[in-house]
Amino acid sequence: MTTQTEATNQSTISKDTRIALFIPCYIDMMFPEVGIATLQLLERFGLNVSYPLNQTCCGQPMANSGDEANAAPAELLFVENFKEFDFIIGPAGSCVKQVRCHFDVIDQTDDVKHVRQRTYELVEFLHDILNVDSFPWAEFHHSVAIHNSCSSIRGLGIAKPSEIMGVPFDKTADLLSKVKGLVLTPVDRPDDCCGFGGTFCVTDEAVSARMGLEKAHDHLRHGVEYVVSPDMSCLMHQQGIAQRSGLDLKYIHVAQVLNGGPF
Amino acid sequence: MSNAKQVDPAKAAELFIIHDQIHEPMHDRFLWGTMQRRDAEAAAIPEWEELREIASKIKEHTLTHLDHYLEEFEANATKRGAHVHWALDAAEHNEIVHSILKDHGVKEMIKSKSMLQEECHMTPFLENRGIKVIESDLGERIQQLDGQPPSHIVFPAIHKTRKDVAQLFARTVGTDPNNDDPHLLTEVIRNNARPRFLATGAGMTGGNFAIAETGTFMVCTNEGNADIGASVPPLHIASIGIEKLIPRVEDMGVFLRLLARSAEGSPLTQYSSHFSGPRKGGELHIVLVDNGRSRRLGMADFWHSLKCIRCGACMNTCPVYRRSGGLSYGATYSGPIGVILDPTFDEFKYSELPFHSTLCGSCSDVCPVKIDISDQILKWRRVMAERGYLPLVKRMSFAVAGHVLGHPEEYHAMEKVAAPAMDYAPHFLLYNRSLNPWGRSRELPQIAKQTFRDWYLANRSEHADDEQ
Repeated sequence: MTTQTEATNQSTISKDTRIALFIPCYIDMMFPEVGIATLQLLERFGLNVSYPLNQTCCGQPMANSGDEANAAPAELLFVENFKEFDFIIGPAGSCVKQVRCHFDVIDQTDDVKHVRQRTYELVEFLHDILNVDSFPWAEFHHSVAIHNSCSSIRGLGIAKPSEIMGVPFDKTADLLSKVKGLVLTPVDRPDDCCGFGGTFCVTDEAVSARMGLEKAHDHLRHGVEYVVSPDMSCLMHQQGIAQRSGLDLKYIHVAQVLNGGPF
Repeated sequence: MSNAKQVDPAKAAELFIIHDQIHEPMHDRFLWGTMQRRDAEAAAIPEWEELREIASKIKEHTLTHLDHYLEEFEANATKRGAHVHWALDAAEHNEIVHSILKDHGVKEMIKSKSMLQEECHMTPFLENRGIKVIESDLGERIQQLDGQPPSHIVFPAIHKTRKDVAQLFARTVGTDPNNDDPHLLTEVIRNNARPRFLATGAGMTGGNFAIAETGTFMVCTNEGNADIGASVPPLHIASIGIEKLIPRVEDMGVFLRLLARSAEGSPLTQYSSHFSGPRKGGELHIVLVDNGRSRRLGMADFWHSLKCIRCGACMNTCPVYRRSGGLSYGATYSGPIGVILDPTFDEFKYSELPFHSTLCGSCSDVCPVKIDISDQILKWRRVMAERGYLPLVKRMSFAVAGHVLGHPEEYHAMEKVAAPAMDYAPHFLLYNRSLNPWGRSRELPQIAKQTFRDWYLANRSEHADDEQ
């Protein structure tokens, strides 16, 4: 375990390191508290964080449907907005995966390559770059199930997928285990997709809803109070399902827990 | 573009789900259980991931030297006394099989399950020409009696309950419709098929692996039905896709360790049989089939799909397949592997299949030969978008979004009107079944009174000034 200062030294992050906050469009509009928690959390580590005001969306809804022609304007704008920064940090696994893995159809200029390489999901940034070893300000006295999104697990590698053999790891769990009072609760199918899948949730509504409902029942069966995820989009879907079905489950972003709010 | 109608897997899957409260949960539970057995078996082998890598490399090597290995196989199989035939497509395959059967005066034939023969629609072809074909694999026989194609590569009738089978057998074989005891049902169908093994003039099999250095091939089953079909009648015909080639016998040490563990979570299939030439006094014909494979081999983004060993693990792990049932895909191959194979046969007909996925990526991770299935699904979406096969509503909304999202000033202006609009939108609009599928089973998320951007401008004004 390294201390925070050592970690900061090791990762050569200083006051001069230019850090950008990438707030995905749906978080901006529907979950501003997640953006606020992310910004405050990063500021607690003494980082110099900017939020480029011209950001819109990473282009994922179009790119995910194969429509690269209509994804390109958003992707190019993203690169334009973030190309000057050393780190680009977003509290959303699937959007970060879109930038890192799927900005591959637009011209691979130096700026595009730089932005793809330097865009991090919040959990992996805290875990791998800052090597954070404590969150002394955070307390959360609840039973929590982690929902690492498929993009975060199989796209970004923040946890070992159950299909791959080897030593298990889960960076989200590593971070949450440092929060006072928090009880991590195992469930039956921790990394089975919840059925959000971007536009899939409306084009394949029946399958999507069934997957989401089973996910909620898995959580309920194990006495989970809060489902915590690095990906708010999955939670938006799961929360919609649970609310409609009258299931007593709460959904919050990992940044809110690690920052101690806002909830 | 073909004249065939597009299949609609989302609609078919919805029907599978709402049909009753029994079939979909059972289907999901069984396949999830299979996955758990697979995970346990794989975990028991320390070098599992290394095996996957080696298997992938062997397949890549073979596919990039396929002409060489095919010729080597043909020469060695011929030396062993087999007749080797080459079929360019399904029609040629079916003609070859038919002419062999006709030459031998065969009127009834027993076959063990073969996805390639399904792909070629061989059974209806032969039956239209007066040759009776009987499936010897239990699951395939169930599907044949019901007039349905297999719904899964390994478990053809997995979407059916015991009760479904009891009722089907009552209708077709004459059992008691209320007795769904699996032992009884299995025995009835066994006794129904056995006499035919003795009377039949030919047995057909597929081939899991064709080994170039020996000219032999392997068939893996759990019921031994391929063995009896290949051994009792005097004539054995095997249909083998050209991608099934592997160079050496010792490579089987890699593939056999992966196949049954991936397919069903058991160390080996009950029978893993090598066929090396005709049995004494018999005849062996091997039909090597292309049917689009060499064209697929030339597709830069998609040729890796030819590594497939047809284990079905991608289907078992697929959260969408488990809830949909295989018949929803409306194609020979279902599940993730079907999504990437079927469009190579007909891009238009199967243009919706690549969208019947959440792109969760589990299929790529489970695949014993490391096919990048999930990436290929996304690449097929790109093909469909380029061809103009996206649904109209997606095409229109993406064109608008593509523009707005590239223009921040328009985007932020739009954001400003969205929240009040949601407040005043009538309930029937937000939760209308056809206008807004989100709201059928889900509550809508609230649009915040203040966006993050507005909060930032209000609370981090110094930074914001820098930016402007």
